Parts: sequence; structure tokens; C-alpha cells
Amino acid sequence: MQSLSNRKRVIEQKPMNIWERIYLPAIVKGLSITIKHFFKKIPTIKYPEQIRPYSKNFRGQHSLKRDEMGRERCTACGLCALSCPAEAITMVAAERKKGEEHLYREEKYAAVYEINMLRCIFCGLCEEACPKEAIYLDGSHVTADYLRKDFIYGKDKLVEPKFDITQLKQENK
Amino acid sequence: MEVAFILEKLILVVIVFVITLVIAMYSTLAERKIAGFMQDRHGPDRAGIFGLLQPLCDGGKFFFKEEIIPAYAHKTLFVLGPVIAIITACITSAVIPWGQELTIGDRTVSLQVADVNIGVLYVFGVIALGVYGIMLGGWASNNKFALMGAIRAASQSISYEIGMGLSLIALLMVTGTLSVGEIVAQQSGFVNWNIWVQPLGFLIFITCAFAECNRVPFDLPECETELVGGYHTEYSSMKLGLYMFSEYINMFVSSALMASLYFGGYNFPFMYDLGLSSNWITIIGVIVFFLKIFGFIFFFMWIRWTLPRFRYDQLMNLGWKVLIPLAIANIVLTGVFSIIKDTYF
Repeated sequence: MQSLSNRKRVIEQKPMNIWERIYLPAIVKGLSITIKHFFKKIPTIKYPEQIRPYSKNFRGQHSLKRDEMGRERCTACGLCALSCPAEAITMVAAERKKGEEHLYREEKYAAVYEINMLRCIFCGLCEEACPKEAIYLDGSHVTADYLRKDFIYGKDKLVEPKFDITQLKQENK
Repeated sequence: MEVAFILEKLILVVIVFVITLVIAMYSTLAERKIAGFMQDRHGPDRAGIFGLLQPLCDGGKFFFKEEIIPAYAHKTLFVLGPVIAIITACITSAVIPWGQELTIGDRTVSLQVADVNIGVLYVFGVIALGVYGIMLGGWASNNKFALMGAIRAASQSISYEIGMGLSLIALLMVTGTLSVGEIVAQQSGFVNWNIWVQPLGFLIFITCAFAECNRVPFDLPECETELVGGYHTEYSSMKLGLYMFSEYINMFVSSALMASLYFGGYNFPFMYDLGLSSNWITIIGVIVFFLKIFGFIFFFMWIRWTLPRFRYDQLMNLGWKVLIPLAIANIVLTGVFSIIKDTYF
């Protein structure tokens, strides 16, 4: 039957000629290929000694930021949770009491702030949505764990440690 | 026989034994390294610089592994298998001349353990014994895969020994002696190497040597994809280690044999024109000999990471229908040429 697509090919299997049947030329060809690879540069990165640099816009684990006086910036507005396409973020808001001004920047703060790292897709929409510059995906990888419940990161893991702004190293000049 | 002579031979035997084992040990590392480089990766490089302690770690691991003798195995033969394999692998090196004579004080020390006048025959006898280790191990395991591997090893070894022997007959027609020491001594310089007069013979010999060592592309006895592990399926711990070791020793010894039979052994170009004392010539000769051996070992590994394994019928076809007729043709050609050479030149 005539082929309609015009792409039909009959593959011919010719019997090998004497040169091919000796096999030695083919073996020599193969050997030359492997010896070329022998001297090639090896692309392996030896991980613990050599660490591959992250891209500048790498998005890793979230951190909840503090301001220059060490107060939490988050005001629990919920925009991050709203913007999150994976619905990974939940929070419980609370009102700042008197005498807590050194802890929280705004009058409302997040008493509970949880991100489910199994749901998170690291798209970075939360940091774009945040009006208070309180959340950034500037950490490293989220590490493996044994239980699902351990992947729900609370404030203990997310809020960045306190630092003294005067002691901060001026690196990126 | 004086005491000094026995002592001298004993020292030489120990040195040769130690060198053989060390080279076999580091062949395992070299194999993995070469495999790595040919596949664009580093081989093992965690244990020591460049992975140099890897063989020691592997050896230690083998000793500490649990040793299992299957319940239905024939215990004596099961233990005897690897023992025979390693002993036969080790004793082949006795007739190989590692170098010329070394003069220490007023004694001349020959760097060959035993210059028997039937050296080549001895090597053949021992190699033929070598297959018993594999056969006993495979049969005693009482396992169908092991038995298949052993059967394959036996028939492969028989088929390729014929080709090997016939290719050597042509060499013996040229050299006129069976003593390996004399064969090497005849090839002084560079132009006298036997490879120039016996290129076809060498090709047959090296192919058969691959088959005798059970190396890829002739590693059907242990063919992982079909036979799990072949003859050593049931082996564990250092018994498996001994099998592996004997394979690498075999490779070393057959490299040494090829280097001495066809590539001039310890002879190197211009060895008498440099004006060196005979001791220095001997020492350089030993180094050159080992370089040649390492070259062959590298070639063994190079082939292993290039060629795929044969199918069993292809293996038999190659052995019986190609190599043996070629070897016979080689004998005839050698005879014709030597007659022409004798009558006209």
C-alpha cells in the first residue's frame, strides 16, 4: 500500500562486508572514543568540599524579618496567606499589649505563624505581597525530615534570630 | 645446593609474591578509577588522596563480612574453590623473568625464580588448572546459576586454550625454545621483539588471554545480567574476595606473559648503547618491564569499559571458527616464511 505520509522508509540491513566482519576496525573506533573520554574534563562537583554557588534570586526557606530595633515586622495582615497559591501559610493574629513595644513593631502581630513546607512551592508571592517587608525566602534548602507534622514550621523556626544592628557586618558594598 | 642460593630464591619469591598481591590490590582501584574517567566521573576518591587507601578499606571490609556457606553446599569443595583459584593464579609468575642478572658483590643473582626449560608449557599447565577453582566453586555451591557459570567457564577455557596454544606454537617455531627466560633474552633491543614477526599470533594470543582471564568481553562465567554472579553467586566475605583477587592476579600474570613473550620483556630500545653498567641496565629493564605490564593492564581495563559482552554462541563461534583456523593459518605462514628466510637469506 502506498504510504500517505511519504515518511515511510524501508530500512535495509546489508550483510556486513569483510572489513566490518573483522570487527577490529570497529573495536579500534570504540577504543578511541573511550580514550577521548578518559582525558575529558570531569563535570562532577565534589559536594562537601566544593559548594555550587546559589543563583542570586534563589528562593529557599522563609524567614520572618525584624526591624532595626529587633522587633518583629509582621503585622499579621494575612496578605501572604491570601497570595499563597499553595495555601501553605496560616496565622493567628493578636493585639500588642502595653510593654510589648520592644517585641513587635506594629499594634497587631502574629501570635502563631505557620508555613507548611510540604505545601509551599517556593514561588515567592508571599514576599511580593508583604507590605511590611516582613517575609523573605532568603534561607537555604528546607531539609528532609521523618514526620509530616515536622514540616509545619512555626515561628520558632521562621523568625530570624535577634541581632544588634551596630554589630552587623557591612559586606555587600 | 648451597644455602645462599636457596635464601636468594626465597627472597625473590617473597618479593614477587608481595609485588603480585600489591599490584592485584591496586588493580581494583585502577579499574574503578579508569572506569570513572572513561565515564566522565571521578572514581573512588574519599579514602586517602586520590582514593589510594580504597583497596585497604575494601580488603578490610571483605574480612569483616559475614561468611556464609550454603546449607546444601559441598563444604570441602566450597572452601577449596577459591583456594585453588588463588594458588594457581599466584604460581604462574614463577617462570617469568623479571629482569636480567644483578651483580651483588661477587654473586650474580638471576631475577627469575625458576628458569625451567619448559616454561611456556608450565604456564599452560597452571592456567589449565586455574579453571578448576572456578568449576569446583560453581559446582559445590549447589546453585543453578553458579553451576551455569562454572560450565561456561570450563567450556570457554577449553575452547580458548586451544587457540592460545596454537598461536604460541607459531611463536615457538620462531624462537626455537620453550624457556621463557631464553625467549626474552632473544628479543634484545627493539627490532627483535616478537611482535614484529608474530603480529597475528599476538592478536590471537591477547584475545585468548582475555577469555582465559574471564575479562569483558568474555566474562560470561560471571555475567551479572543472566547469572546473578555466575560461579561466585553463593560466595561471600573473603572467599569472594579471593576469587576477585585471583582474577586480578591472572590479569597481571597474563600481562607479564604477553609483555615477555611478544614485547621483549625487560628489553628496551638502545639498552646497550647508553654506556650503563650491567646493574643499571637490569634495574632500568625491570622498570621498563613493569611499565609494559601496566600498559597491558590498562589495555585490559580499557577494553572492559569499551566493549559489550559476547553472547555465548558468538563466543564459541569466535573461538572455534575464527581463532583456531587463524592460528593454524598463522602456523603455516610462519613455517613458509622461515623456510624462505633460511634458504634465500
